[in-house]
Amino acid sequence: MAHAHDDHAHGGHGHDDHAHGPDKGIMRWIKTTNHKDLGTLYLFFAFIMFFIGGLMSLVIRAELFHPGLQFVDPEFFNQMTTLHALVMIFGGLMPAFTGLANWMVPMMIGCSDLALPRVNNWGFWLLPFAFTMLLSTMFMPGGGPAGGWTLYPPLSLQTANAFPFLIFSIHLMGISSITGAINVVVTILNMRTPGMTLLKMPLFAWTWLITGYLLIAVMPVLAGAVTMLLTDKYFGTSFFSAAGGGDPVLFQHVFWFFGHPEVYILILPAFGIVSTIIPTFARKQLFGYDSMVYATAGIAFLSFIVWAHHMFTVGMPLAGELFFMFATMLIAVPTGVKVFNWVATMWRGSMTFETPMLFAVGFVFLFTIGGFSGVMLAMTPVDFQYHDTYFVVAHFHYVLVPGAVFSVIAAIYYWIPKWTGRMYNEFWGKTHFWLSTIFINLTFFPQHFAGLAGMQRRVPDYALQFTDFNVISSIGAFGFFVSQFIFIFNVLASCYGWFGRQRNAPDRVWEGARGLEWTVPSPAPYHTFEDPPELPAHEVTGVHDH
Amino acid sequence: MGTQAAQKSERYFVPQPSAWPFVLTASLIALLGGVSAYLEEDHIGPIPIYAGLAVAIYIIFRWFRGVALESEGGMYSAQVGRTYRWGMSWFIFSEVMFFGAFFGALFYARELSLPWLGGEGSKIATNLTLWPGFEAHWPSNGPAQLGGAFKTIPAFSVPAINTAILLTSGVTITMAHHALKASKRGACILWMWATVALGCAFLYLQAHEYIEAYTELNLTLRSGIYGSTFFMLTGFHGMHVTLGTIMLISITLRLMSGHFKPDSHFGFEGVAWYWHFVDVVWLGLFVVVYWL
Ligand code: HEM
Ligand SMILES: [Cu+2]
Repeated sequence: MAHAHDDHAHGGHGHDDHAHGPDKGIMRWIKTTNHKDLGTLYLFFAFIMFFIGGLMSLVIRAELFHPGLQFVDPEFFNQMTTLHALVMIFGGLMPAFTGLANWMVPMMIGCSDLALPRVNNWGFWLLPFAFTMLLSTMFMPGGGPAGGWTLYPPLSLQTANAFPFLIFSIHLMGISSITGAINVVVTILNMRTPGMTLLKMPLFAWTWLITGYLLIAVMPVLAGAVTMLLTDKYFGTSFFSAAGGGDPVLFQHVFWFFGHPEVYILILPAFGIVSTIIPTFARKQLFGYDSMVYATAGIAFLSFIVWAHHMFTVGMPLAGELFFMFATMLIAVPTGVKVFNWVATMWRGSMTFETPMLFAVGFVFLFTIGGFSGVMLAMTPVDFQYHDTYFVVAHFHYVLVPGAVFSVIAAIYYWIPKWTGRMYNEFWGKTHFWLSTIFINLTFFPQHFAGLAGMQRRVPDYALQFTDFNVISSIGAFGFFVSQFIFIFNVLASCYGWFGRQRNAPDRVWEGARGLEWTVPSPAPYHTFEDPPELPAHEVTGVHDH
Repeated sequence: MGTQAAQKSERYFVPQPSAWPFVLTASLIALLGGVSAYLEEDHIGPIPIYAGLAVAIYIIFRWFRGVALESEGGMYSAQVGRTYRWGMSWFIFSEVMFFGAFFGALFYARELSLPWLGGEGSKIATNLTLWPGFEAHWPSNGPAQLGGAFKTIPAFSVPAINTAILLTSGVTITMAHHALKASKRGACILWMWATVALGCAFLYLQAHEYIEAYTELNLTLRSGIYGSTFFMLTGFHGMHVTLGTIMLISITLRLMSGHFKPDSHFGFEGVAWYWHFVDVVWLGLFVVVYWL
């Protein structure tokens, strides 16, 4: 009986065990259903998008190096800010996190692949197509979208031929995010190895579970919002037109109902990464595992009831201003719990500072700066002055770049020996860290002052008194960009064995690391856990407080 | 030894590499690119639209057929069944949130933006300077009376009948489910065709209602915020009913060719859940769009 069944299962795989390797050539990547292949594709795609988005930011910073208009006309400048943001968020960070989830979640929770491998392939391939469509708008009559990534009507409705391409590409990105999120969520809920209860799960899996939930909840809302834009422009509806009884502010509400959870989508996986790396290099268990889980869930819950802090100046009723101010400030509590726990994990640890740890510690410091400026922005009366100034730009870049982007970099340094079997170069890794950290602060710290002094965002020219700040900021931006080439070479060298790098990484690359991914060889086999593995007690990262 | 073999048979099904998703994406791009060009009057012709649509439908059909055959071929363990259940539940949740955006817009228009345009509370200046004389009431096509005077569809006419139809269809699909579980395939198929018939009846009446709205009531998509919310909500719902009916038909055809077992029929359940979801959305629509 058991044998007959066995044959069936083999029929299921369609081939024998030796057929488990990938296809050859380009078709491998087009047809793959393997979580590691798709993780790699996601990460390479994110790399390319970070590069394109980075070039756009350099156009912006070059123009802002001096007051006056020198390189680009204002219309093109606005296209650059709009596309830079869309590319960085939907093309860079979100795919990078999905790529990391692809690689790591199955290896961390001990299963063979993501739950829906073909859907996983679809989720990835939607992205290059969607971004080709989006970026092609730059070459259309009237140029690309220039109304800001927030797409506020009525301004965004003035976009020329690019408009429907913009809307549909956002729809496709949304489908990609939702399918990816469903996949990760279902994998985590359904495919943990026996014995791995939810509260024994690595925190990266926990934060991704909650991120996935947020994605499934809010990406459809964004789809609804942009659909209303589309019908307002082409089919005569009046959702956002007062003449017909609608209201442009309605768009802002719907958009930010998506948008605020979206910023947590961009940071919760980063929290998971940092919570994985710090215990490894502090050689201690994570302090307050349970409270980390509850804080993540608390942040996710609160993220649904704070959206209008982006709209304090729009003319909301007073009760709304007050509610959203206090609700926003509440988020500082669970966030504070997290920062406290990271610091407490390091307290009296036997710390070493390999590159992933440097980036993780840098994250804790610099993300927290962004968190503090966030609390400042949460105060309604204060925000009346800060709104739409460079102070806001400084705030969200502190959480996005030395926050989320640093966590992605840390994760890649941390796991690349596991992926490729080859160590990265520690000297260049550390150099990369210090240059990045110096330049990123040079870029964004002065923007706080420029903003407080009244410099507006999304404007290609500025008053003379802001020149010094902007010169520093532009130098920082170019320096940061150039520094990333160290990273690119360091990573590619591990991927392709350049500079004589050997495949000699041990299974447990970091001796302080725990978790199932460190029990398998480096590089991890193409199919890691076809049968659910045992979960030894010392690999459990989720250790409860007593 | 024995336990090991048994364990192996329960291995999670990991499909072979597949080109379906890639081709599906390419066809969607052709479709959406074609529609975009059409909207901007770029005159690249309708070929990308039709070709993209045809290929997309073909791939979706192939994909679902492949999954059905894998399932009937016994390749799915109980764990795979749970994956599909979880997956479908989360997908329906995302659909709920999509409708939520439009319900939210309706709520906002009725409770906030129209009263404000009418000068409620601190917004008296808006009313006096921008839209003097405008009084907020529902239904409304706004202070500029976009689209001209219109009439609405009374809740307790066709919509009430449609409510009854959908509720009944919820009962018939449950009867079909019970019949399937009791191994009464014939009865199950009959109940399923009854459900399909009810779905089609709903769509027929809905189409009829739309025609009446456009030809006799002067209620169109352009009728200000009322027309916008009315047609977008009922229109997206109608699209979901259409999709649901197609899903019902394919499940029924699968039943007729012997698919599904009394104790394992995820495809059936998934469609039933979807149908109930469409049902619940309609109840919401009936109350807040037609009735209140
Ligand atoms: C070195 C890296 C980066 C530099 C130098 C940079 C620079 C800039 C500049 C100059 C602006 C325009 C501000 C304005 O005029 O309003 C901007 C906007 C923006 N950036 Fe970045 N950026 C970087 C990385 C990122 C990353 C990684 C993300 C997100 C993941 C991001 C997200 C945004 C967003 C959301 C905006 C707002 C766009 C808008 O106004 O609509 N940036 N960035
Ligand atoms: Cu926010």
